[in-house]
Amino acid sequence: MAKDVIKLSGKRKSAFKDMVMGLLPDGGNLNACLTCGACCSGCPATGFDGMDPRKFLRMAALGMDDAIKESRWPWFCTMCTRCVHVCPMEINIPQLVFNARKLTPRDKVPKGILGSCDMALSKPTNSAMGCSQEDFEFVVGDILDEIKEEYPIWEERNLVAPIDKKGAEFFINQNSREPMIEPEEMGPLWKILNLAGVDWTYGSVGWAAENYCMFMADDDGWKELTQRSAEKCDELGCKTFLNTE
Amino acid sequence: MYNLYARWIREGRLKPDSSWNNDLKIKFTVQDPCQIVRKTFGDPAAEDMRLVVKACVGEENFIDMAPNRSNNFCCGGGGGFLQSGFKEERLLYGRTKDEQIQATKAHYCVTGCHNCHAQIHELGEHFGGGYHAVHAWTILGLALGILGESERVHLGEDLQEVNLPESSG
Ligand code: SF4
Ligand code: SF4
Repeated sequence: MAKDVIKLSGKRKSAFKDMVMGLLPDGGNLNACLTCGACCSGCPATGFDGMDPRKFLRMAALGMDDAIKESRWPWFCTMCTRCVHVCPMEINIPQLVFNARKLTPRDKVPKGILGSCDMALSKPTNSAMGCSQEDFEFVVGDILDEIKEEYPIWEERNLVAPIDKKGAEFFINQNSREPMIEPEEMGPLWKILNLAGVDWTYGSVGWAAENYCMFMADDDGWKELTQRSAEKCDELGCKTFLNTE
Repeated sequence: MYNLYARWIREGRLKPDSSWNNDLKIKFTVQDPCQIVRKTFGDPAAEDMRLVVKACVGEENFIDMAPNRSNNFCCGGGGGFLQSGFKEERLLYGRTKDEQIQATKAHYCVTGCHNCHAQIHELGEHFGGGYHAVHAWTILGLALGILGESERVHLGEDLQEVNLPESSG
């Protein structure tokens, strides 16, 4: 358990906690803590900066909103929800954390996350690594040719990696790491889809699977990225949106 | 994606063969991704993952971490941690996961998500556990006999030559 003493400020209004409770069904049970500590003992981020999930919740309950705003801990919690899973009262600490991230002014958001979110918003592809439509098309075509050249069986089996194929059953997205860093990692999936007889396509717009705006708790950015993919999927008339994760 | 791999295997559309590992007996474990298992589909998704991995590597070569499924620990790659710049904390967070993986003595950890893959790959190197993080499509490709030479970047020395398809060269 953390050794630091929690210092109370004069006023005990919990504006932050009340705001979060207003957003969640049953208020996320944020008032129901039994202080049993089950959350802390199973949280890998317990102890970082002297913080743990129970203490974070207590601080919110005590109205220590400024301390919460200053804390780096919301960026150490991965919002993995294991604490909710083990909590006897199912208290939604990760939602508290998500909303605490929202309190962070833009210039204080970890640069990597902000940069990835902004980059994705600036590209129709949603790629946080800045992969353009042209680059994606080129890499996909290149890898497909390489596979067919080295393993002619895939020419016979008609291996494909279509982009914007109308009416395909599955609209498949792909993490930017593949086209940008490890393009040869895309081949196995294409082959598996071929063997399983799946009719699928990538989209020229919104194919990138990562969404750092969500991690930044930037609701508008998160929505924008998701909408781009969903609209492309609809426009092509694909039945199922499939995340490769 | 795992639920589809599992469905295609059940329907006989994919026929992975684990016999390549009968004698090698290389051990595998899986990382249950928080996002897919605990937060979205629950334990049925975890069962699908196990069905796929066992079909590919052999039932007796699969070892579960403890705890697992919906109760599994996060690897520390989620929530944007990988891009947040807090590397020291991220690796410290991953210590829990590293100890879990090392306890299984598995050589490979199959990961169902990119964040898990990147984080567990780094944990294996940082803490010296020597295990590899592999995507599900890699292990499925291996067991289907379709995994080309250049598609084995995340496999260790022991699997570079196993079940290679016939090439033009
Ligand atoms: S597990 Fe739940 S009830 Fe127990 S201390 Fe944590 S938040 Fe409170
Ligand atoms: S959601 Fe956050 S507080 Fe809860 S167990 Fe995961 S890392 Fe810890």
